[in-house]
Amino acid sequence: MEQALFYGMSGIAVLSAAGVVLNVRNTINSALSLVVTMLSLAVLFIMLHAEFIGVLQVMVYAGAIVVLFLFVIMLLNLRGGNMGAESQPVLKLVGAAVVIGATVKLVAVLRGSPRDWPDVDPSFGQVRDIGMELYTDYLLAFEVAGVLLLAGIIAAVVLAKKQID
Amino acid sequence: METSTIAVALFIFAVIGLVFAPLMTWVERKQSALMQDRIGANRADILGIRALGLLHPVADAIKMFTKEDMRPTGSNRLLHMLCPFIAVVPAMVSFAVIPYGGTYTAWGAEWSMVVADLDYGVLYLFAVGSIATYGSMLAGWAGNNNWGILGSLRVSAQMLSYEVAMGISIVGIFMIFGTLRLTEMGVAQQELFRLFGFVEHFGWVAPGTGWVDWIVIPMWGIVLQPLAFFLFLAAIMAENKRAPFDTPEGESEIIAGYFIEYSGMKFGLFMMGEWVEVVVIAGLITAMFLGGWSIPYLSDAQVVAGISSIVGPNLANVLAMVVHVSVFFTKLIALIFFQMLIRWSMPRFRYDQVMNLGWKIMLPLSIANIAITGFVILLIREVMD
Repeated sequence: MEQALFYGMSGIAVLSAAGVVLNVRNTINSALSLVVTMLSLAVLFIMLHAEFIGVLQVMVYAGAIVVLFLFVIMLLNLRGGNMGAESQPVLKLVGAAVVIGATVKLVAVLRGSPRDWPDVDPSFGQVRDIGMELYTDYLLAFEVAGVLLLAGIIAAVVLAKKQID
Repeated sequence: METSTIAVALFIFAVIGLVFAPLMTWVERKQSALMQDRIGANRADILGIRALGLLHPVADAIKMFTKEDMRPTGSNRLLHMLCPFIAVVPAMVSFAVIPYGGTYTAWGAEWSMVVADLDYGVLYLFAVGSIATYGSMLAGWAGNNNWGILGSLRVSAQMLSYEVAMGISIVGIFMIFGTLRLTEMGVAQQELFRLFGFVEHFGWVAPGTGWVDWIVIPMWGIVLQPLAFFLFLAAIMAENKRAPFDTPEGESEIIAGYFIEYSGMKFGLFMMGEWVEVVVIAGLITAMFLGGWSIPYLSDAQVVAGISSIVGPNLANVLAMVVHVSVFFTKLIALIFFQMLIRWSMPRFRYDQVMNLGWKIMLPLSIANIAITGFVILLIREVMD
């Protein structure tokens, strides 16, 4: 049952992810494929006992970020033809090379890893534990991420203000 | 536990899906009539029996199901069909994490009054609620109608501005109760807070002085986090897109907004989704701010102990369960009434006013609420240790 769900969700994730990039004619459909990818990834996270991350995946990515994408697409009425998706052969080559390289590396890593994983503790992935980890062991990384977000906010304000002035 | 979960799920579905949603159409019509000095719906009858207009929901349902189901040319067939379901299903599954009572042990079996007691309880509600946005957002776009697209834009912009304030406004509640589980919040809210405990702590009166122990308040969310209560109520009502936050529908400006191209039961599903969400909101606020299933000043254990001195422990647990579920639904119904009261007493916000309220007033206030809550919690810990 769990295995069937895993393969089903992985298949949906891969197919919908392909739909995001292959279906450039219709931007809304691309964005919706992205939502499906996010949701199936969230299911995979939950199956891996990373429930908190799974729920955040739905809340933040599917629930907020893609909504913003859709908002922009609808507001600007983007049709896909003028996106310049066909006219960048160099970028396509670079992208393909990166993907192939990453896949080769991933396969090598997975082959070298042990086959029998220990079962995780049932309490793994609980909100309290993640909070503890974030605010003790990984405090620096957490704070740096916060600073990065702040920089992003300031940049957005500056860019928007330039257009208003 | 396993068997009772199914029972509870069935119970919830029966109550919410089959009783609340149709009945609420009637309540809303009658309440608005009362507030506007009208008589309200009273014409539907079976053999002359009008039953206070209670037959109107039945008539509405028959009308919805038999209406012609239209799809405009140039619309997206799949999305147009899917959107009403995306709008209504998340609202229905939201009930999974709302606790209707505590945990009861009768005849060796444990009965829990919540379908899924998730570790990330409230976040589940937010996640599911954010999916519901797609239903109304894509509905306007799929219909290939300019008014609909305007409605969709308003839905997404409004949702983005209130989701943030909504999430941040209740962080204070999480800080105080130290959990995201609605069941644990329900238990924590049964505790009593001694208002003048500090007097005893500083040694101004002798320990065990009677009046210090007598002046207590239940640790309900609304008592500990009054600002969060109002912010959250406003934000979640804005999420639900009902008046005064119904700019996405805005009949007088954009006709019906995002569901303009829907007819028959598909339109009915959007309405049903809204009403089910009203019940979800009432349940969530009851669980987080109004003490959940508990009776003020009486903990679960006291209720069970009180009843079991008369009828024995097994029956006492069952009776306590009945009492607690009724208490929960009493609070729930009161909150539903309150939401409808707001709907009929406030004019619609203008579009820019909605944005300003969300970003410039509610968001800063909720961040300030977090800071103040953290400061007070630290202060209390410092003083008490």
